[in-house]
Amino acid sequence: MEETITNNQIIDIERSVLSMVNVHAKAQLDQMQWPTTRDEEWKYTRTGRITKESWMVSPIQSNAPWQSLQIENLDVYTIVIINGQFYSQASTLPTAAGITIDTIAPQERIATSFGHFFEALQAAYCTSHLRIVIADKVQMDRPIHLIHFNDGQKVLSQPTLTIEVGAFAKASFIESFGSNSTEQSFGNRKLNIHVGENAHVTFDKIQDLHDNDFLMNDDQVHIAKSAQFTINTLTIDGGWTRNQLHISLDGENIEASLNGCYLPRRNQLVDNHTKVDHRFAHCNSHELYKGLLNDRSTGVFNGKVHVHLDAQKTNAYQQNANILLSDEAQMNSKPELEIYADDVKCSHGSTTGQLDDEAMFYLQSRGLSPDNARRLLTTAFINDVLNHVENEAVRAHVIQRLEQEGLLYH
Amino acid sequence: MSDEILDHITNKEYEFGFVTPIESDKIAAGLNEDVIRLISSKKNEPEWLLNWRLEAYAIWEKMNEPTWAHVQYKKPDFQGISYYAAPKQKPQLNSLDEIDPELRRTMEKLGISMEEQKRLSGVAVDFVMDSVSVATSFKEKLGELGIIFCSISEAIQEHPDLVRKYIGAVVPRTDNFYAALNSAVFTDGSFCYIPKGVRCPMELSTYFRINEGGTGQFERTLVIADEGSYVSYLEGCTAPQRDENQLHAAVVELVALGDAEIKYSTVQNWYPGDKDGKGGVFNFVTKRGLCDGNRSKISWTQVETGSAITWKYPSCILKGDYSVGEFYSVAVTNHMQQADTGTKMIHLGKNTTSTIISKGISAGKSQNSYRGLVQINKSAEHSRNFSQCDSLLMTDRCGAHTFPYIEVKNKSSKVEHEATTSKIGEDQIFYCLQRGLDQEQAISMIVNGYAKEVLNKLPMEFAVEAQKLLAISLEGSVG
Repeated sequence: MEETITNNQIIDIERSVLSMVNVHAKAQLDQMQWPTTRDEEWKYTRTGRITKESWMVSPIQSNAPWQSLQIENLDVYTIVIINGQFYSQASTLPTAAGITIDTIAPQERIATSFGHFFEALQAAYCTSHLRIVIADKVQMDRPIHLIHFNDGQKVLSQPTLTIEVGAFAKASFIESFGSNSTEQSFGNRKLNIHVGENAHVTFDKIQDLHDNDFLMNDDQVHIAKSAQFTINTLTIDGGWTRNQLHISLDGENIEASLNGCYLPRRNQLVDNHTKVDHRFAHCNSHELYKGLLNDRSTGVFNGKVHVHLDAQKTNAYQQNANILLSDEAQMNSKPELEIYADDVKCSHGSTTGQLDDEAMFYLQSRGLSPDNARRLLTTAFINDVLNHVENEAVRAHVIQRLEQEGLLYH
Repeated sequence: MSDEILDHITNKEYEFGFVTPIESDKIAAGLNEDVIRLISSKKNEPEWLLNWRLEAYAIWEKMNEPTWAHVQYKKPDFQGISYYAAPKQKPQLNSLDEIDPELRRTMEKLGISMEEQKRLSGVAVDFVMDSVSVATSFKEKLGELGIIFCSISEAIQEHPDLVRKYIGAVVPRTDNFYAALNSAVFTDGSFCYIPKGVRCPMELSTYFRINEGGTGQFERTLVIADEGSYVSYLEGCTAPQRDENQLHAAVVELVALGDAEIKYSTVQNWYPGDKDGKGGVFNFVTKRGLCDGNRSKISWTQVETGSAITWKYPSCILKGDYSVGEFYSVAVTNHMQQADTGTKMIHLGKNTTSTIISKGISAGKSQNSYRGLVQINKSAEHSRNFSQCDSLLMTDRCGAHTFPYIEVKNKSSKVEHEATTSKIGEDQIFYCLQRGLDQEQAISMIVNGYAKEVLNKLPMEFAVEAQKLLAISLEGSVG
């Protein structure tokens, strides 16, 4: 399927953020094209709808209702990012020693080479670059909540987040994405995480946008030896969502867990691309992604586990399960294994099906309406993923949102 | 695991490497329209087929070689290949005794002595020696039932309507680079037609063999099972040892009409190259079956032990309602071999079912990939797929990869895929040793058990040879 690619919108961006342009990235971007379904990595995900709009960088709207993304009963430090720009007045930052949060000026950003179009686009017109450094042995007393809110006409938000967690430190992060429901937005967020030796890090992403919104997340995680890392990608709402998660296990004895759930409906599209690189011996990775697809929605899962030469005693597990609730919905699953070491235990599974007729019948025979029976079963299905969210308040918030959307049983 | 045994396996040289000195009629290397006209006129083909070939050539010229497979090799020089070689003396035979003694010895070395085949199993062997069939047996017996089993060249002369109707119907010339090339230059292959309601009483079999140095083989096989018929077709290959790479780009098309069943079994043992990766056959094959009618069934079983590079995806298009597609595969790679193989199951009809069982065994420094597509289209309501892809790694320098594509477009279908990768467990070996088996027997038993699920699907007569080839590929591992 050919997609018309115009670069008109880039001119608009340039006019609005000329001062932020990274010339090096811009030069590379000019050599690149929007990905099309002819690219293997974009086989099932079209970008045409993004390319047809003209996106603009908007200033911070001080009255943007970002508070709607706050989580009840949860004590957190808050970092507010409005239209891709760090809004320090609204943020509550930790003051304890050993935690540094600062922004990196455009001229200080080191330009490197860019693997794909969205990465170059992000670097060329980065709206703000925030760095969080947690020193060795620091145990954070509460999580850091990163709140992204887009409010403005055809707003383009392209923040970069760099998180460095020192050795033996412990930290947890929550990242929420929201927007004004009447406007269109395009978020292209880049995240770099470095997890130090023996550190313990959890990261929960809550994507809760609207049908008009496009969201691209590019997450690069590097983990040092003996560390533990968990990332949960919870896609509640949003028109077009693509998550590219790359986890590199750069030492021995690492435990990595990556989980996700997605519940697209109407014309929504959710695409999860994950890659786990086992570079050293004695590491475990555990991956679970579950999807519930309704109406005319599309789901994409592409999970890759790459076990490098000599990464012996690797234990890698990957599971993708999907339920289609409508004949118009479609799911494309591509679980991949690339293995170059022999003494490993690697397995993956992928299933796509529908709710069990017998279970539906049983629940109805006990007096539940078909609707409630269906919701009870789908709740159990999605809970497998939500149970990996350690923070109870975060889990309760997600469940409440899914109930509000009529997706789960309550 | 004992390094000694693994060394022994890894250093095992190709046993079937020999060249049969039969005089050949060969045209100069290179490919252009004149070569295609020459092939066509040598085979005395009708004009429509010549035009069909020329169109395919025009399509091929515009195409590029596929590069997406997980294999690396030096691209063949398509102008450096001779596209036609036929034994000079084509004997007219009525009985096997008249066959060239040189050819007989070749077959005996392969362990497929025709007398034995004939006596023990009732297999009709259509032996292809460098592109032209030189012997066809049991033809009269099959003829009584109305079964046509002959070389494709013969079919073009004698049954042009059937060939014209079905050639390219399942694998169109535009399908891929190698299918287009094959359509332009194919020299021979087999043709099989089973009439309505006939159950073929014996296993049909063809042994392909590359014999002439520097010739590519472009076989074309067409099997048509008319309504309510059944056929089991066997294909087996061994190639003599040679240093330069040889290209093998075959096309196999199967058509199963309503209630028909085709069982297609392959044992592939082309020359895999020596242990440094020198030489070996490039096996770029397009195989596809069309379940055209309701309740039809196509089953692919393959044991792949040979070829330096394998690029092969026997597929099923499940068009008829309640049609069934199956794929059972054992792929063994050793030394520097690279295999990228799997299947495609395209579900179009309602209540269609497909099963995929793939067992990969990697040894030496080889790379073994499974690549498969399961596509459930919107019209394929209540369809079912089950896929299982297991890999066994024998050394720490080989690779095993899985690339499944699963696309589901309706809510009433169920698709399951699972894959595992592991090595032979120390505990399994220990158990066997402790029961009094030696290490070699232990490995043999475990690998045999691992592949059994697929080997069991092979017809009896073929299973013996398949085990022989497995044993040669992993000498000492399989009993």
